Amino acid sequence: MEKDLNKVKRDLKKLLQSQPLAVLATQNRGQPYASLIAFASSDDLKSLYFATTRSTRKYANLSGDSRVAVLVDNRSNKASDFRWAMAATATGKAKEVNAREGKKAFELYLAKHPHLKDFVHSPTCAFCEIKVQTFFVVTRFQHVVEVHIRP
Amino acid sequence: MKLALPLHEVIQKDRSRIGGKGFALAMMQKSGMHVPDAICISTEAYQEYLTSTGLRDQMHMELYRKPFEEMRWEEIWDTALRIRNMFIKTPLPSGLRKQLRAPLASRFSRRPVSVRSSAPGEDSSKTSFAGLHESFVNVRGVDSILEHIRLVWASLWSDRALLYRQELGLDVEKSTMAVVVQKMVFGDRSGVVFGMSPVHEKQSAVEAVYGLNQGLVDGTVEPDRWILDRKSGRILSHHPARREKILSAGPEGVRLENLQGTLRRRAPLRDREVKEVYALAMKAESLFGSPQDAEWTYFKDTLHALQARPITTRSASSEDQRPWYLSLHRSFDNLRGLRTKIEKELIPGMERVAREMGGVNLPALSDSALAQEIGQRNRIHKEWLETYRRDCIPFAHGMRLFGKIYNDLMKPKDPFQFISLLAGSGMVSVRRNQMLVDLAELIRKDPSNKACILEGKGDDCKPEVRKGLKRVLDQFGDLAWEKGRLGEDRDRLMKLVLQMASRPEKGTSARAGAPGQLEKDFLSRFDEDQKSYALELLDLARASYRLRDDDNIYLDKIQGQVLAAVEEGRRRIQGRSMRESKAVATDDLFNAVQSEAPAHKEDQKAQQPAKKKSFSLKSRQILGQPAGPGMAMGKARVVLDSSDLFSFQKGEILVCDAVDPGMTFVVPLASAIVERRGGMLIHGAIIAREYGIPCVTGVPDAVNQIKTGDFITVDGHLGIVIIGEATL
Repeated sequence: MEKDLNKVKRDLKKLLQSQPLAVLATQNRGQPYASLIAFASSDDLKSLYFATTRSTRKYANLSGDSRVAVLVDNRSNKASDFRWAMAATATGKAKEVNAREGKKAFELYLAKHPHLKDFVHSPTCAFCEIKVQTFFVVTRFQHVVEVHIRP
Repeated sequence: MKLALPLHEVIQKDRSRIGGKGFALAMMQKSGMHVPDAICISTEAYQEYLTSTGLRDQMHMELYRKPFEEMRWEEIWDTALRIRNMFIKTPLPSGLRKQLRAPLASRFSRRPVSVRSSAPGEDSSKTSFAGLHESFVNVRGVDSILEHIRLVWASLWSDRALLYRQELGLDVEKSTMAVVVQKMVFGDRSGVVFGMSPVHEKQSAVEAVYGLNQGLVDGTVEPDRWILDRKSGRILSHHPARREKILSAGPEGVRLENLQGTLRRRAPLRDREVKEVYALAMKAESLFGSPQDAEWTYFKDTLHALQARPITTRSASSEDQRPWYLSLHRSFDNLRGLRTKIEKELIPGMERVAREMGGVNLPALSDSALAQEIGQRNRIHKEWLETYRRDCIPFAHGMRLFGKIYNDLMKPKDPFQFISLLAGSGMVSVRRNQMLVDLAELIRKDPSNKACILEGKGDDCKPEVRKGLKRVLDQFGDLAWEKGRLGEDRDRLMKLVLQMASRPEKGTSARAGAPGQLEKDFLSRFDEDQKSYALELLDLARASYRLRDDDNIYLDKIQGQVLAAVEEGRRRIQGRSMRESKAVATDDLFNAVQSEAPAHKEDQKAQQPAKKKSFSLKSRQILGQPAGPGMAMGKARVVLDSSDLFSFQKGEILVCDAVDPGMTFVVPLASAIVERRGGMLIHGAIIAREYGIPCVTGVPDAVNQIKTGDFITVDGHLGIVIIGEATL
């Protein structure tokens, strides 16, 4: 099991690093809402980061309920995806971090998305961290394992 | 680009699109050899078919649902059958059909042809894999030719090809198949020639049979063999066969018949003809530049070349199991012979051995005699295991042969529909279970029995209950699986029966009888003169299905006798005082018990201490094979040893590494079966079908991924096991 866990973690890391974009799910009074985000992940897999302007619907939703799900996948939109593609759904809680306490995260995020520098530094933009509780990892279309993370 | 090329139009650059077989035929014809006329269907036709029907996408789903390394041969066979059925069920798109139809109709019309595989690369001198793909002889009419082309395409993904997928470089995106449609020559004598003998490089070899050579190639007709000096062509020796059978053309396809008396005494070739066949191989060799293995036939004394390919020897290491799996493909006649042997010789033999052992009064034996008895029983059991592997396992191919023929004829939506014609054929394990269920019924009728059983006072039960129990134990008490015996502990067995008694009756009975309509439909597809063959085929398949389970039961009875002797030995050792037991290391009995007792895998049972690590992994949804339709949810009972089995509660889901018929007495209580070992036609799947409960086999590492008490969902339609509730 330990060996399997290490392999899944390696695969997860590769996936998270290879994908610039992910789908973020939030909700407002039971109405789910999905949006595309540019994200980055911490080396220890425990955190995901993204930035959003404060006027967005997703930001409003997060203010009401910090619980989120994030979907990251490497599909190529071909039938061979059913063999090769990997998808990971992360569940956890999001919170805004400021530039001072989140300095390292900022650097990490901008290393992955250098073109978003101005966007992230805009006073209207919120930089958020998701503390991941569980990754649901899907391979071969229907093979599913869960990676649980203790805080 | 032309998708159908007559041989005379083939040029060098067509080689990769018509495959080695088609190309060799074209070259031989050009060189003036007698080659029956043929049309090559190029690989573009295969590609077009796959792309425009969407089959390529379906194949991705089917082939890669599990990594091949995690699949057993039986699962690979099942996968190949599913893929074959996709090809059977998917007609040619009309554009492609039109393109192929015209050239085939103008050349062959109603004339009989052979439809042969010609995979590009297959006949290169590096990788020659004769017999991995399918060929069909004596096919008549354009519609039938087109159907058989699809079957040849499907055989690119045959179980045999999948076993050699690495050597062949099989890949849905890259692999492709050409087909040769060749005028049928009904030769009166046929065979193969090896320009260089696979066993001796200074020799050539000729093999010949009467009739068509399909019988020689698939091993049903034994050939005469000549060995020649490769350099001079001089005949060195002739090894006559027992000439008994001949493969002849029927109205469609081929039939195995008895060879007429006068021919039995005469070799199929005269010396002059042997040399002519040798010369054919040499001519092919000079044409292609390397020693060839060629198929040929004599029609009215004219020698025709049917195909040629470079000789290669497959180097098989002793660890390579694949040749053994390939040998499991048996012909109808071979299976008929096996059945007689199993029913008339092996099963009575196993029963006799178990009975004789049962007659030995174990407690009366001295310690050293008991030690000897244990050793002896174990040797006998091992011998029978070997026999089982040699004769009983191959007989399971009877089901597979039937399935293939059934699917070709009926084109069912579910490629495993044929199993429902085989189920309900009175398996021994089902009879045993019925006795237990009947016993449960007696208990249900008179609740006073219940109290006796709960208190462990089975002897106080009503006489009819005691009698019923005795009947079960007399017949099946010694029935064993790896870890225990049915009759090892009466109290526990009775508690299990009590579980059955508390279950509503309808869930515990096996379904009786095979559905009549499917059988009628199947038989109606045969002409009057083929009806008896069809009936015999069905009967053979049913025997194959039943015996697959039954022969294990008889084998398990022998194993039960081994265990009984070991139990007796263990009792004696445990009864010794401490002082006595100090000398055990040199004691015969102690050694016998130690070496013959089945090893208990304690490590599997040991609970991992929960470590406080920040990451933990949990399986959520595992892919296996859909081996019994239906869906069930319930608590898992992971069976690692006999106490797990006897603790089985009604409604639980049986989770096992490998189901043995000796264990399946709990199945009337189970709501589903999950097994690590994979396949549609293995014990777990068979017994699940009998009881109509969902079954998923081929679940990797099932007994470690799932824990007793886990809430699991078994989806027998899709072959999925989901662990845990749906909520986050």
